[in-house]
Amino acid sequence: MSTVSVEDPERSESPVHYLNIHYGVKSWLLTTDHKRIALLYLASITFFFLIGGTAAVLIRMNLLTPTGLLVEPATYNKLFSIHGIVMVFFFLIPSIPAVLGNFLVPLMIGARDLAFPKLNLLSWYVYIVGGMFTLYAVIAGGVDTGWTFYAPYSSTYSNSHVMATALGVFITGFSSILTGLNFIVTIHKMRAPGMTWFRLPLFIWAMYATSVIFILGTPVLGISIVLIALERAFHLGFFNPALGGDPLLFQHLFWFYSHPAVYIMILPAMGVESELITCFSRKRIFGYSFVAMSSLAIALLGFLVWAHHMFVAGVSMYAGMVFSILSYLVGVPSSVKVFNWTATLYKGSISYSAPMLYGMGFIGLFSMGGVTGMFLASLGMDVHVHDTYFVIAHFHYIMVGGAVMAYLGGIHYWWPKISGRLYPEGWARFSALVIFLGFNLTFFPQYILGYLGMPRRYPVYPPEFQVLNVMSTAGASILGIGYLIPLIYLIWSMRYGPVASSNPWGATGLEWKTASPPPTENFEETPVVTEEAYAYPSREVKVA
Amino acid sequence: MPESYAVAAHQFDDLEQQQEASSLGIWVFIATEIMFFGGLFTGYTVYRTQYFASFVAGSHLLDLKLGAFNTAVLIGSSLTMALAVYAAQTGKRKALVVFLILTMILGSMFLGIKFSEYATKYEHHLIPGIRFAPEGAYPPQMELYFSFYFAMTALHALHMIIGLGLLAVLVGMAARGRFSPESHNPVEVIGIYWHFVDIVWIFLFPLLYLVGGR
Amino acid sequence: MPPGIPLAPPQASTFAPGVDHLFLFLLGVTGSVAILVFLLIFVFAVKYRRRSPDEIPPKVHESIFLEVGWIGIPFLLMMVMFGWGASIYYQEFHPPAGSLEIFVVGKQWMWKLQHPEGKREINELHVPVGRPVKLTMTSEDVIHDFFVPAFRIKKDVLPGRYSSLWFEATKTGRYHFFCSQYCGTNHSEMKGWVDVMSPADYQQWLGGGAGGESMEQAGARLFQKFACTNCHHPDNSGRAPTLVGVYGKPVKLSDGSTVVADDAYIRESILRPAAKVVAGYQPIMPTFQGQLNEEGILQLIAYIKSLKIPETPERMKTAP
Repeated sequence: MSTVSVEDPERSESPVHYLNIHYGVKSWLLTTDHKRIALLYLASITFFFLIGGTAAVLIRMNLLTPTGLLVEPATYNKLFSIHGIVMVFFFLIPSIPAVLGNFLVPLMIGARDLAFPKLNLLSWYVYIVGGMFTLYAVIAGGVDTGWTFYAPYSSTYSNSHVMATALGVFITGFSSILTGLNFIVTIHKMRAPGMTWFRLPLFIWAMYATSVIFILGTPVLGISIVLIALERAFHLGFFNPALGGDPLLFQHLFWFYSHPAVYIMILPAMGVESELITCFSRKRIFGYSFVAMSSLAIALLGFLVWAHHMFVAGVSMYAGMVFSILSYLVGVPSSVKVFNWTATLYKGSISYSAPMLYGMGFIGLFSMGGVTGMFLASLGMDVHVHDTYFVIAHFHYIMVGGAVMAYLGGIHYWWPKISGRLYPEGWARFSALVIFLGFNLTFFPQYILGYLGMPRRYPVYPPEFQVLNVMSTAGASILGIGYLIPLIYLIWSMRYGPVASSNPWGATGLEWKTASPPPTENFEETPVVTEEAYAYPSREVKVA
Repeated sequence: MPESYAVAAHQFDDLEQQQEASSLGIWVFIATEIMFFGGLFTGYTVYRTQYFASFVAGSHLLDLKLGAFNTAVLIGSSLTMALAVYAAQTGKRKALVVFLILTMILGSMFLGIKFSEYATKYEHHLIPGIRFAPEGAYPPQMELYFSFYFAMTALHALHMIIGLGLLAVLVGMAARGRFSPESHNPVEVIGIYWHFVDIVWIFLFPLLYLVGGR
Repeated sequence: MPPGIPLAPPQASTFAPGVDHLFLFLLGVTGSVAILVFLLIFVFAVKYRRRSPDEIPPKVHESIFLEVGWIGIPFLLMMVMFGWGASIYYQEFHPPAGSLEIFVVGKQWMWKLQHPEGKREINELHVPVGRPVKLTMTSEDVIHDFFVPAFRIKKDVLPGRYSSLWFEATKTGRYHFFCSQYCGTNHSEMKGWVDVMSPADYQQWLGGGAGGESMEQAGARLFQKFACTNCHHPDNSGRAPTLVGVYGKPVKLSDGSTVVADDAYIRESILRPAAKVVAGYQPIMPTFQGQLNEEGILQLIAYIKSLKIPETPERMKTAP
């Protein structure tokens, strides 16, 4: 790999694009170019990923022995809280939307920028301010409420830095709202001539559905967090039973956002997947409108299933039954997507390029997470496995196996467009394999642990659970290495990678019709769209 | 704000597209705001159903006259805001400035009255969590009612204060002649925001002041 | 799997076999679909691999038949999963009449349990095999959760309300129970053992140790100590309604509505007496919040529950 010829980019010779048009810190911190903002997000979420990942490593190491290898329970509680808070609010939620979404939404629809570029920059600053509050909480001593902030523990009993963390999460919420608002308006109003709704790439449909959740869900989380903070600061009784409040109300409000938030994390991943599958099998997506509409169905149904997190929390039997049925309903559009992706491969021309390997890994891991969701939606089953490692395994398969796999697949796929360089293909395929194997070794044992009854958030556990925990930790170390490899070679490729052409994959889509990297204005002239998405050439075959 | 205000920003094709984008933007923002207040309204509804008597008792401690007067003040400010938007559409610069300032005066009046109500609550020991010791016997969840009263009205007041700040910026821009019948997006957008904040109060007033009939 | 690692906890309650069967059903159905999808992906990936850089694949026509099929069939399968799970859930909400009632109080970070006969234990629960047991649970601080993997049941334990959980143990032995709702620093130490004993052993265990007072007796003592009798006369002649025979019966309130005098209502009336006042009475009762702990309230409830209307009205006067 080290022998790849290094082209010395003479500024005067290379064309002007968004990366080299201006230099200096100021040109980045004050930019309103959606592509540069995407890179600001890329750098910041990578930073938070490393923090959350470090916490995960410490958690897994501590669980090597039943009595806790490294730290006291109080410290362990802070570790898993910060892992959850950072990974959910500061990595997964902004990951695909704020990085790939920001970069690609205008490019894919043929616009020069998002509708509100200054708002876009503001959203990054809001994100950073929220992140600073959370980091302060970590440095000042940590927070131990878990990412779920359940009352009355968070509002009355916890002695940790709940206020700073809550403020951080609350502020960051506005960054999501601003991004969602920007995307909705942009997708509605800024499409290039000829780019009708049903010619939109499926990634755009996924971004649109995600934005709807940003807009309608995030403020509810915001107000619940404000109420927790008020209750903590002034000893009010919103959720305190001693004053007539109801702790279950907090759970209802929290999950009204945080269940849809799971779809914030997975819908964009599904959007990326549709792009990868089509490009690397050179096929039109099978059932375009079903895949597109299933994104909207997931976004809307996702708002009606929140109480499935509360089947054993004290909701009535009938509430449990209603939410169980609704939860199954939201499973239907997700499985529709998987079946359509599979059908897209049929008679395709399938390439094993690294993004496709990530994409196939996504289908495998997401399906595993999805089918175990069927277990959790089944009431009698959920009563047994709720709040155990079964749930941990389930949502890591969706949110790490699914979302992060697709995120990395997307980063690789669009890396030539983002950086203008190609990454080393061999290393990329290798890392996809390492991540896939490491992931399964980490989280598959946790399904069994959960069924055996090991509760979540346990630093100390009965010795009979040790073997499976050691397996999981071994997997985590492989997984950790798997995540570091792309970090290294992607950074390396920014300088030393071979220069990419404008369309190295032979993909359709407007983003591939402009230079790599694109100029600041994205397109030399506004593109006109005359065909549907994924119009890959195909042979007409005579059917008997 | 765009430097050359009659020209669309670079990402838009023309002024019309820019205007459509900003008005869709504010409506999407209002959807967010509705959900934001919605969380509080949900909590309020749950507890009001559960502890109706306490909520009635709490509500009866509010000053109905001040609340009703404030409602009228706010509706008045919506009228002046609507007239300001009309003035912007028809290019009447002076009228625009006057109506914006009138809106600000009415908004400030609302806030003044609101804060005097807060002060009275403080004197009567009706501040939940900090200073809650009403005279005589009171139903047990009255404190919860006042928690919601303060949370909801304070959140509304915060929106009013932000609105006043935005209006102040608008007045400055209007005075410098930044708006024309073709280009006055900020007036329209902030107008919609202002009406939304008023409508929230139209819901808050009966929910907080008129519980159990008076 | 390395040898010696079980794949499921022991089956030790009437719920356990049902939940395990449901698990196998779910595993069978979802597993076959998942394996089918993985196989297809594998076969397609091999069979249709790109053979030349400029290969052009044949056109494949979409099929509404397929789409409807893979919407409809999974949906029907899911409804079976729903129905099966819901039927177990339904049973879990309906303890059989005559269950042995044990009271559980969770606090950071221990479980306090009390048997109706008065025997108390901490982080240990002794129950007889083959008899339905109903746990009435509450918390003194944050939310906890009582989870017995071998019984396949769990339920959150909340402050300020009672939640209940029932099971019938089918095998003697010692089984873990855990707090499975995160409750603070020593959450993972908040665990213990369920000791399922033969009925004879259970009776012996109940009789052993100090012969403390039963919950009912403790409740009666509290009833005297807090001078409840001053107002709640047994013959309904006091300033407050009689409590005899009130448990489980509907009570008419001053606002015209009716509530059933269950555990939750009695608890609320002790702690927040003015919330639901019985029709015809003044809201004069003081609150006992802060004076009674959760166990005391449970004992009072046990006592009130024991106040049955006697056969002949004359004997009412002799009631405590």
